[in-house]
Amino acid sequence: MSMVCQRCQEAKATVHITDTLPEKREQHFCEDCAEKEGIISKQPHTTNEILQQFIKQKTGMEQGEGVACPKCGMTFREFQLKGQLGCPNDYAAFEELLMPLIERAHEGGTQHLGKVPLTADGVTKKIAGLVRLRRELQDAIDAENYEVAADVRDKIQNLEDS
Amino acid sequence: MNLDDLARSTGEWLRGVGAMSDVVVSSRIRLARNLADFPFLSTATGTERTEIYRSVTDAITSTGGHEGSLLVDVAGADDIDREILVERHLISRQHLSAEGSRGVAIAPDETSALMINEEDHLRIQALGSGLELESLWRVVTDLDDALGERLAFAFDRKLGFLTACPTNVGTGIRVSVMLHLPALKITKEIERVARAARDMRLAVRGMLGEGTDVTGDLYQISNQTTLGKSEPDIIEPFCKVIIPKIVEYERTAREALVKHNAMQLDDSIWRAYGTLANARRIGSEETQTLLSPIRMGIHLNRFDLLDIPALNELFLHTQPAHLQKLHGRLLDDNDRDEVRADRLRSRLAC
Repeated sequence: MSMVCQRCQEAKATVHITDTLPEKREQHFCEDCAEKEGIISKQPHTTNEILQQFIKQKTGMEQGEGVACPKCGMTFREFQLKGQLGCPNDYAAFEELLMPLIERAHEGGTQHLGKVPLTADGVTKKIAGLVRLRRELQDAIDAENYEVAADVRDKIQNLEDS
Repeated sequence: MNLDDLARSTGEWLRGVGAMSDVVVSSRIRLARNLADFPFLSTATGTERTEIYRSVTDAITSTGGHEGSLLVDVAGADDIDREILVERHLISRQHLSAEGSRGVAIAPDETSALMINEEDHLRIQALGSGLELESLWRVVTDLDDALGERLAFAFDRKLGFLTACPTNVGTGIRVSVMLHLPALKITKEIERVARAARDMRLAVRGMLGEGTDVTGDLYQISNQTTLGKSEPDIIEPFCKVIIPKIVEYERTAREALVKHNAMQLDDSIWRAYGTLANARRIGSEETQTLLSPIRMGIHLNRFDLLDIPALNELFLHTQPAHLQKLHGRLLDDNDRDEVRADRLRSRLAC
């Protein structure tokens, strides 16, 4: 006998939960309701859906929802609803709340290793160069490629002294 | 050049040439950039949008090398012209339906298209036929450098280029490759390939990108990670591993069809031709679906009434906006299906 979803009372229940503590309790939901109840999460299809799903996961975020960017006035809550930030300064204003999302969206990546604008100041360019070289040094050491590692280490030394 | 000329041509990325072009239809790379001194578009006022639009278009025209390129004011363009840009992959559907000042600067041969005020202030895109990511990267990075000398992009030492959506932050790069995978579809291996690609944190979508369905066995594969890796480190796996591997699977599946199911294969190719060459009314989706076995048939030397550039022209010119533009007037659904069938018959009938 097929069971009906206890939440919408319409669709067939395909997700069944049995709690054993504090007391034994059975729950039956259809897929959509199970998702709404936060029991399962369906496979996201688009980048925006992935982001929305990250945003929806509330772990420790409620306390930050009212934080607003002093520059554009956007609150973190508004960002959660729109999926788009209000201005470049939001990255600094919401740093603590955003970093876990960013880390998850980029396979743990938290440090830019790509291009630096041609117009960036010398310090920015130097830092970007050091970050990239230190990463190369680590890769060379991991690969036990000590000749390359020594070469990269010299480059780091030169850049640090410049 | 104007949009009417553009609609009559097919564009560089549909020339049917380039590496692995029997399976790889086209490649695209885009970079997302924003101006440091303006809010992102979600909070920008109408005036700010217009200022951003002016700053970016001024920068584009002052970089030189843009003689003969076409700047389309998307906000002021009529519906058909906007749809034509979407059908040609020069702008996204999101850009079409956005609000306020926005536009696109298109290089004469459509090898690059700069979208202004889409989700980000600027999206620099390069498009090419076949698997051509290294050369496309040179095009986008040169454009980025040229524009970066004139515009202050929002950039952070730790997070890189700052984008409206945190999923694009860092390099702001999206590499996407459009693949024609009819044999993997027939042998039902396509799901396995799509799953493997998703496991590698790649997005697998329909032809027009995010949220679109797969028609005509055309799949778009793109990266999702933009932070923590350099641009070449994101591009290289596409050229060296991911795409060659999928191409190999598709070629093997095609060879197996020829070897074990040649009659069935020819039947599907020639039945598709029969319908396209004889239908009196036909929809856009059915046309794309039927052009798929013919595309495979041409590559397998089992169909010789068309070559790939001619097929690509039909593919593009039978889409709703192109069809109406070339016909010279707006058409309702029914008329469109008749005009499409006429066009196909006149090109395909023996």
